[in-house]
Amino acid sequence: MGGESTKVISKEELWGGGQSPFSVSYGKMMMWYFLVSDALTFGGLLTAYGFVRASSEDPWPIGEQAFRSLPFIDGEYPLIYVALMTFILIVSSVTMVLAVEAGHRNDKSGVIKWLGLTIIGGFFFLGSQAWEWSHYIHGSGGSFLLNESVEVTSDDGQSFFLNKGDVVYMDHHFGHLAEPWIEGKSEVSLIESDHGVKLVEMGAHPHEVELHSLTLNKYINNESHVSGDDAMKLWNARSESFSFGANLHDNEYASQQAYADFFFFITGFHGFHVFSGVVINIIIFIMAYRGVFERRKHYEMVEKIGLYWHFVDLVWVFVFTFFYLI
Amino acid sequence: MERDDLIVNDSYALNAHHSEEEGAKIRRNTWKVTGILTLLTTVEVIMGIYFKRSDAFSWTLIKWTFIILTLVKAAYIVLVFMHLGDERSNLKKAVLAPYMLFIAYLLFIAITEGFGHLGNFNAFN
Repeated sequence: MGGESTKVISKEELWGGGQSPFSVSYGKMMMWYFLVSDALTFGGLLTAYGFVRASSEDPWPIGEQAFRSLPFIDGEYPLIYVALMTFILIVSSVTMVLAVEAGHRNDKSGVIKWLGLTIIGGFFFLGSQAWEWSHYIHGSGGSFLLNESVEVTSDDGQSFFLNKGDVVYMDHHFGHLAEPWIEGKSEVSLIESDHGVKLVEMGAHPHEVELHSLTLNKYINNESHVSGDDAMKLWNARSESFSFGANLHDNEYASQQAYADFFFFITGFHGFHVFSGVVINIIIFIMAYRGVFERRKHYEMVEKIGLYWHFVDLVWVFVFTFFYLI
Repeated sequence: MERDDLIVNDSYALNAHHSEEEGAKIRRNTWKVTGILTLLTTVEVIMGIYFKRSDAFSWTLIKWTFIILTLVKAAYIVLVFMHLGDERSNLKKAVLAPYMLFIAYLLFIAITEGFGHLGNFNAFN
């Protein structure tokens, strides 16, 4: 058993001093206290997210629209990638439980096996997060703001009356060339085509992309595609204000910056915890391998870092719900 | 200098040892909890994909379902994976009580101040 919940301690012994009031060692108790304070930090971040979102007057992106890509495959898979990350973290938490359990039996090879698998799980999570950040920063097509009012009909027959300052989204093929074009790169030019306009890139990789369709409300509810002459109407009403992907000054996901900043801050702070957890796990793995805990006759250190590792999983459970799901 | 942070020859750490049979029981329980966590996450993901955000009352119910499922998952992680369930009840309370207060405080703030915040913001603008 991990603790002493079932142990009967006499009143005399309990009040006689010379023992921990909680029946745990100093190190384990301090790890719990550290986790209590660290959880308040994450609680503060998620609370701030909730307040800013509730008081935002601009539309707020929703998870299943903003996170629906997978690496190497085209198409839309809402939340699947985040679900995969969650699953990786749960599995690595399970291997950590098994490492702690092996430690309680003084089973050195068991500890090494399960702790090793935990470290691998941690690297998988960090790798997935690196891809997610890269994809988020890179964006999926970019957006521009309108410079004048325009009325268009979407492909499914809905009509939209848009005002100056409303956001229109490009697909990722067109956006890929629109970015260098807006930046003024001389290899990329905009020319008229049979159906409207196209962007042409000269140079080492010559290719061209036609403006097929534009998207409204891409990251919020009821996304609509607009193509043909109506797409040209939107394109001609564009302003100079384009956004591609996200950074700390600008983003394509929403007209406010808060959503992108919270993404970077909350998942970044959590990712930093995962990173430091992996580093600590590696140190303890090496110590276990070299027999330090065998000589000490107990593996409590594995239990203490296990607490930290589970806490990282615990925080992700909350981030998953409050950032991606709700 | 004698260290006063080590309590009687690591007695608490050594007490945490258990036998092979107890270990097998703990491992069975671990896999059971793994199954529950995976199932709850799958339910959450399917709900997240299927239900769209709206102003309807059903969305409020869905939102609360997400929150309750999350708290259930958190309880399993803290009590079983982190073994807080195996600790003495005073440590359990010392860790969990601040959060009970924090949650009550957050609910109070969210219910009473959620819209007041907006009003003040506009008033000072």
